[in-house]
Amino acid sequence: MTETVPEPARKTPAGPVLSVRDLSVSFRSDTRTVHAVDGVSYDLAPGEVLAVVGESGCGKSVTSMATMGLLPPTARIGGSIRLAGRELVGASEKELQKVRGKDIAMIFQEPMTSLNPVLTIGRQIGEVLRRHQGLSRKEARARAVELLELVGIPAPARRVDEYPHQLSGGMRQRVMIAIAVACDPAVLIADEPTTALDVTVQAGILEVLQSLRERLGTAIVLVTHDLGVVADAADRVLVMYAGRAVEQAPVYDLFASGRHPYTRGLLGAVLRPGGEGKRRLPEIPGLVPSLDSQPDACTFAPRCSRADDTCTGSRPGFRAVDREAGADAPHRAACWHPYADGETADPYADGEAAVSGEPTPVAAGREAPRTPARADDPGTRPDQEAGK
Amino acid sequence: MTTATTVPTTPRKASIRKSGGKLRALRRNRLALTGGIIAAVFVLAALFAPLVAPYDPSQPDFGNVLAEPGAAHWLGTDDLGRDQLSRIVHGARASMQVGLVAVVLAFLVGVPLGLLAGYYGRFADTAVSRLTDTMLAFPFLVLAVGLAAILGPSLTNATIAIGISQIPAVIRITRAETLRLKHVDYVAAAVANGGGDGTVLFRHILPNATSALIVQATVGIPAAIIGEALLSFLGLGVQPPDPSLGVMLSGAQSFLAPAPWLAVFPGLAIVAATLAFNLLGDGLRDVLDPRGATR
Amino acid sequence: MTKYLLTRLRQSLITLFLVSVVVFAGIRALPGDPALALAGEERSPEALAAVRESYGLDDNVVIQYGRFIGHALTGDLGTSSRTGLPVADAIAQALPVTLELAALSLLLAIVLGIGAGVVAAVRRGKPEEWLANAIALIGLSIPTFWLGIVLVLGFAIAVPVFAASGYVPFGTDPVDNLRRMVLPAIVLGSGLAAVVMRQTRAAMLDSLSADYVRTARAKGLSRGSVVGGHALRNSLVTVVTVLGLQLGHLISGAVVTEQIFVLPGFGKLTIDAVFTRDYATLQAVVLCTSAAYILINLLVDVVYSVIDPRIRLGGAR
Repeated sequence: MTETVPEPARKTPAGPVLSVRDLSVSFRSDTRTVHAVDGVSYDLAPGEVLAVVGESGCGKSVTSMATMGLLPPTARIGGSIRLAGRELVGASEKELQKVRGKDIAMIFQEPMTSLNPVLTIGRQIGEVLRRHQGLSRKEARARAVELLELVGIPAPARRVDEYPHQLSGGMRQRVMIAIAVACDPAVLIADEPTTALDVTVQAGILEVLQSLRERLGTAIVLVTHDLGVVADAADRVLVMYAGRAVEQAPVYDLFASGRHPYTRGLLGAVLRPGGEGKRRLPEIPGLVPSLDSQPDACTFAPRCSRADDTCTGSRPGFRAVDREAGADAPHRAACWHPYADGETADPYADGEAAVSGEPTPVAAGREAPRTPARADDPGTRPDQEAGK
Repeated sequence: MTTATTVPTTPRKASIRKSGGKLRALRRNRLALTGGIIAAVFVLAALFAPLVAPYDPSQPDFGNVLAEPGAAHWLGTDDLGRDQLSRIVHGARASMQVGLVAVVLAFLVGVPLGLLAGYYGRFADTAVSRLTDTMLAFPFLVLAVGLAAILGPSLTNATIAIGISQIPAVIRITRAETLRLKHVDYVAAAVANGGGDGTVLFRHILPNATSALIVQATVGIPAAIIGEALLSFLGLGVQPPDPSLGVMLSGAQSFLAPAPWLAVFPGLAIVAATLAFNLLGDGLRDVLDPRGATR
Repeated sequence: MTKYLLTRLRQSLITLFLVSVVVFAGIRALPGDPALALAGEERSPEALAAVRESYGLDDNVVIQYGRFIGHALTGDLGTSSRTGLPVADAIAQALPVTLELAALSLLLAIVLGIGAGVVAAVRRGKPEEWLANAIALIGLSIPTFWLGIVLVLGFAIAVPVFAASGYVPFGTDPVDNLRRMVLPAIVLGSGLAAVVMRQTRAAMLDSLSADYVRTARAKGLSRGSVVGGHALRNSLVTVVTVLGLQLGHLISGAVVTEQIFVLPGFGKLTIDAVFTRDYATLQAVVLCTSAAYILINLLVDVVYSVIDPRIRLGGAR
């Protein structure tokens, strides 16, 4: 923990290029309301790679779609999304159109279907250049060839006139990246960019993303459920669970000492190469709760071995868990009973350990914070306020 | 505690899907029900035409020519003083007769061919496909015209022409259903258990293709009704003085200015009947053939 | 793509061959002497002998068929027993009328059908969609010929804006030509428009929810480019196919429409031939119509493969 840590989150003087505050997204149907995202906040510095991780359905994709303004009209969005100081929540479709593809771009999980089958690659890349940079058809095509080369597609001058079905999945994803970075956006959102691809192809895509970050200084929000990808590519990590942010930390800190029990469970669910290969993949017991309500409780409590009445009776704030405190603290978690820095017990790594190993934190925790929780005064959740 | 959180999720999701589907089904069903009632009225009127019709449809009344709709003649009279309502009711009879007979004809030829093409594939499939293409190469009216030219214009020949024109669609649907069912587990099992081709085709495949075929019939009947009216309108179907909606419209053309009602009511009858069968068909499709395979 | 089109061409030629056999056999299947049929009203022994001579009815059937095809290919479609004039000339006169009618109604169907279909899909769940659906359902349930009669009642008799009958060549008087062609074109085009609208709507709903439309939106394209350049472009593949399948109805519809509006087109020629037992004309007309229909379907497939690169370049994904 104390040895040389590659300086992850760069401290940038310019301030965040993307700043999300208390974002909430809900979908209303005739019979119920689903709160897909509930009070998520994060900042993205220029040139930084922020990984957003969590199980499927945790709201990470909805968060990125909300950032792009691509949610269906039935979605109700609250909070604030500022891109280079410009507020995107509540912006008109016309304003969003000017931003999308130019200042903020996105690549998707499904490279096989995300390109229009009846248009050439060149046309699909050129389209965004013509739209935002006013290039002529000819200029756009020339630039498209350059972009194809930039994302590592061989024989770009030939490929530019081909159709998507003539390209492999990995190549199509590279084309998607070329489209996304065509106008040199400040922020690139990559939603599970490698999930649908072969393992060998995945590495290539991540390399392209890395090199773009280095060459163009693009900040990247990397949405993924693959912690291997996170470890490879991210500077900082935001862990989401059931629509809420549960932990945020520089990538090394998170892997070395995740504080939230859910993060620990997530890390435990990664099969580490080597000696433990034979052991059964540990699972977090239970299922992700329904998103119908926004309970004043920790949504992870029903699955958490450390949960007590506080957890089920009061929503934990997203507060600093490290030396640095305050709203800008690099390492924060939303937990009433976070693991301590050196605490290594991993209740999910071993079935016995969860029961016999460390029963005390649960029992101990049950007593202490009950009173403030019952009082339910805003003072107990300072970080939520600070987060605003 | 896990159950506590998960239990509400599942049934609620299911209930959304169900209630949304129900809502749509209900709205659809109301239309389908209306269609069914109108279609039933049409069928009953056709069945009991002599009882329903207030007058003899062929009896001229020269003292009462081109009478406007009124108490004595609800829908007016034509140029020979014949009662419009009675003629429409009897015309519906011709329509229904053609509708049913033509559809049955199309099924008698189309279903076996479709089974053949779908089940045996290869040569049978190619042969049947070419046959279907050839039939489709004669647009319906050209076919009807050709038949009328060869066999002479009559209701029977019009029915045959309409029936033939519907064969390709029946072949295609039967073929598609057979192809699909051939690979369904229980059919594959029947084949594996040594069921003969006949057993498999008529015990396993055909009964399961019924839904799609019923839906096709509800499409075929209104098409046949329009077809009959059309051919009779052109003089290729029912021959005057026999009543038919098409014949009535044809005659009405000469009196558009003095007696527009002669053109309006028979047309409305055709529209009501076809719309009714189409709505009924849409409703049945929702119930019987949710995959919309026969779209 | 060449391979695909060659296959289609081969299939079309086979179908065309079968059609010609059916047409050829049709006349010979008539009860009695085919010479009687081909001679029409005139039945003197001399006339019959002349017909027998000119059609070579005493030869082997295969030779007869060969001659029939040979003549047809060189533009000799026989002589009308009604007018005594070459059938080819009659067809050449009637064709422009029908082609204009077909072109106008096709235009109407495409503009109205695709327009309404796109609106219905984009405005899903809104009154516009409901309205478009209702109109389409009614349009499909109204028989062409009755619509024709009702339109004549409304716009030629009650409010005489358009003419109800007759044909004036476009070259002679464009205004009068259109005045006479508007109602027929509406009558013929409305049913097709309804079908096109339904298909367009369904195809647009599919493509609007497709991933590539999301990509297009993520690029910041305007709503017009997303709907028109991406979603509609993809939907057209389906719509063109449906249009092709519907052209048979267009041909049938033309016969009826010409009958209602007394237009001297192909359909009128056909019906007149039936009632005057002009078999030579009938045989030629049926052959031409079917050949045209097969050709159109082949053309549709060519267009289809141009629109969809997956077919053009082979190797679907």
